[in-house]
Amino acid sequence: MRHFTKWSLAAVATAAMMGTSSLAYAACEDLTLGSAISFTGKYSTNGIHAKNGYDLAAKKINEMGGVKVGDKCYNFKIKYYDDESTPARTAQLLERLIKQDGVKYFLGPYSSATTKAAAPIMEKYKIPMVEAEGASRSLFNKGYKYLFAVLSTSEQYLASSVALAAEIAKKNGKKPGDVKVAMAFENDPFSLDVRAGVLDDVKKHGLKVVIDDKLPRDLSDMSATLTKVKALKPDLLLISGHSKGAATAGRQIKELKIDTPMIALTHCEAAKVTVKYGDSANGLLCPTQWAETLSYKGAAFGSAADYDKLFKASFDGYKNVPYQSAQASAAVLVWADAIKRAQSLDTEKIRDALSKTDLKTFYGSIKFSAAGNNIAKPMVLRQIQDGKYNVVAPSEWASHKIDFPRKAQ
Amino acid sequence: MLDNLNLLVLAPFLNVQLLVDGLFIGAIFALASFGLALVWGVMNVKNLCQGEYVIMGGYFAWYMGAQGIHPMLAMPVAAVGMFAFGWVIYKMIISRVVEKDMFTSLLATFGLAIVIQQGLNLAFGPEVQVAESGYSTHTIPMLGGSITVAEIRFYSFLICCAFAAAIIGFMKMSRMGQAIRATAQDVRAAKVMGIDTEQVFAFTYALNAAVCGVAGVLISMIWVIQPFYGITHSIRSFVVVTAAGFGNFPGVIMAAFGLGVAEQFGGFIFGAEMQQVTVVGALLLVLIWRQVQMARYRQAVQ
Repeated sequence: MRHFTKWSLAAVATAAMMGTSSLAYAACEDLTLGSAISFTGKYSTNGIHAKNGYDLAAKKINEMGGVKVGDKCYNFKIKYYDDESTPARTAQLLERLIKQDGVKYFLGPYSSATTKAAAPIMEKYKIPMVEAEGASRSLFNKGYKYLFAVLSTSEQYLASSVALAAEIAKKNGKKPGDVKVAMAFENDPFSLDVRAGVLDDVKKHGLKVVIDDKLPRDLSDMSATLTKVKALKPDLLLISGHSKGAATAGRQIKELKIDTPMIALTHCEAAKVTVKYGDSANGLLCPTQWAETLSYKGAAFGSAADYDKLFKASFDGYKNVPYQSAQASAAVLVWADAIKRAQSLDTEKIRDALSKTDLKTFYGSIKFSAAGNNIAKPMVLRQIQDGKYNVVAPSEWASHKIDFPRKAQ
Repeated sequence: MLDNLNLLVLAPFLNVQLLVDGLFIGAIFALASFGLALVWGVMNVKNLCQGEYVIMGGYFAWYMGAQGIHPMLAMPVAAVGMFAFGWVIYKMIISRVVEKDMFTSLLATFGLAIVIQQGLNLAFGPEVQVAESGYSTHTIPMLGGSITVAEIRFYSFLICCAFAAAIIGFMKMSRMGQAIRATAQDVRAAKVMGIDTEQVFAFTYALNAAVCGVAGVLISMIWVIQPFYGITHSIRSFVVVTAAGFGNFPGVIMAAFGLGVAEQFGGFIFGAEMQQVTVVGALLLVLIWRQVQMARYRQAVQ
């Protein structure tokens, strides 16, 4: 079926070209973006989500007439290599893309680890990369000049839930110092970033940390930590450990009947907690980079909801559009915008244009700090309510009110 | 750390909770360790892909759960499926290394572990999976607090006990059990007595895989599984068998319970990150203790 559509499309396109050669679409030259991204290995699922996002946006840009520079126009073509989810391979493949394939414009790999390997290569060859999937803040304190990220950095992931807990405590007439926070974070770069952000906010609001546990890399049991939670009765429980953390926590929160009034954890969707645990996942708070219900809008895709619809129509097997795909698409939009403003294909000029990006997209506003991270888009917090993810904070984008306190299921 | 200890003293019911959790999970460790003790004792093969067999069993439960079949029903399927898998692996690989020195069998099973991990990854993807039993959790008031007991943990405890009893019974009473024990004592003598040791080895190895498969089904309903999580289960089995000695089934059971409880308390007192460290630390202590204990039997070989 797919082959059939492909062929028939090609046939239609050829017919159109023969009929009316004035079709701008066909007259554009190709402009190659390069990416070494994970199609196999542990990041493969999300790597493919990101690739779909890149492809969809490139297709959209090309359909809209490509990127115009002077009187010429360019269509995006993306050249991928599979980095097998290993940073060393990412670095190798990027060198190959630059040196052998002559690619001068880059999209990021998937994950902070591989992006960390990519950044020095980009600096070495002075070639800009717009990345969408590396959130670690260590990417943005090394003074890299050629790395730009459209997503919010990881220390913002759970920080908003701390602010929310402080806000609720104030409303209920409780002193911030009486709000007890329990934390369980994996001992890896991502979760430690998340933890650093949480600690900053805990200090700012004057809350009290009662548990601060580190989780192992191959986590499959955290009942000892949760038993501690039962004993100390914190007001806020924060967990971050990728999808295994969310999957383990989701199961054991239910098994141990943890009744903490507020529980926030990262990667709920990646771990599919609603599918796995049904009702007992209700009330969990999950941060996300993007949600299709947000009121963001941009020129290329329209609103977040429009993007959601287009994405589901373009790719099979998606019930929800992962934010990994949305931000990948946003990265391609940033490229198109920067090249248009630079009116040049010179990498230095484009880099300067990138650094001055001020773009509104379906994914949120994009504006880079001097360090290269996006400072115009907040993380949003969603709560699982009756099996659905509803945005509850920050309040200006909230579509639903938070259920507080959460009830043990 | 000290405040965690303090907490245990102030709230005694927490000790009960950790103890109960530890015993329940320890029972499952015992099952996987049983298999290793058999293979190690009978064939002198240190099966490094023990944990991978456990995870494979877990995927049986997960897959059937995803098809809408209750994961408990995956247990016989996993047992039979893994038995067959173990038999095939024995005939293909293990039979060729069983006579060779220790490192050959270590390398072969280590390679096998990697192949299984990657195979699972290709087949099911790298996501963390669980099988949902749908059983409820009970709260029992106790010592000024309350402990929670998940039905699934209790049932798996019973299942493990039943399996352990069945295996011990099988080894004691059946012809095959007798043959296995005879082979473990002396392979050549067993051969002379007309025992088809090749058959015994194949059966032992397949039985090990089946037992691991059952453990995996239970693990997937209690913890989480992922293609690369086998190694922690391998380590646990090795710790238990090393501590207990491989001919010693009651010892394996006690060591597994001890390990389960030690993990829970270790996780509570030192933090979850140290849970695995507790296990390895325990092994180290056992080895040192053994070394000291054995010293008086040691003599110089002329």
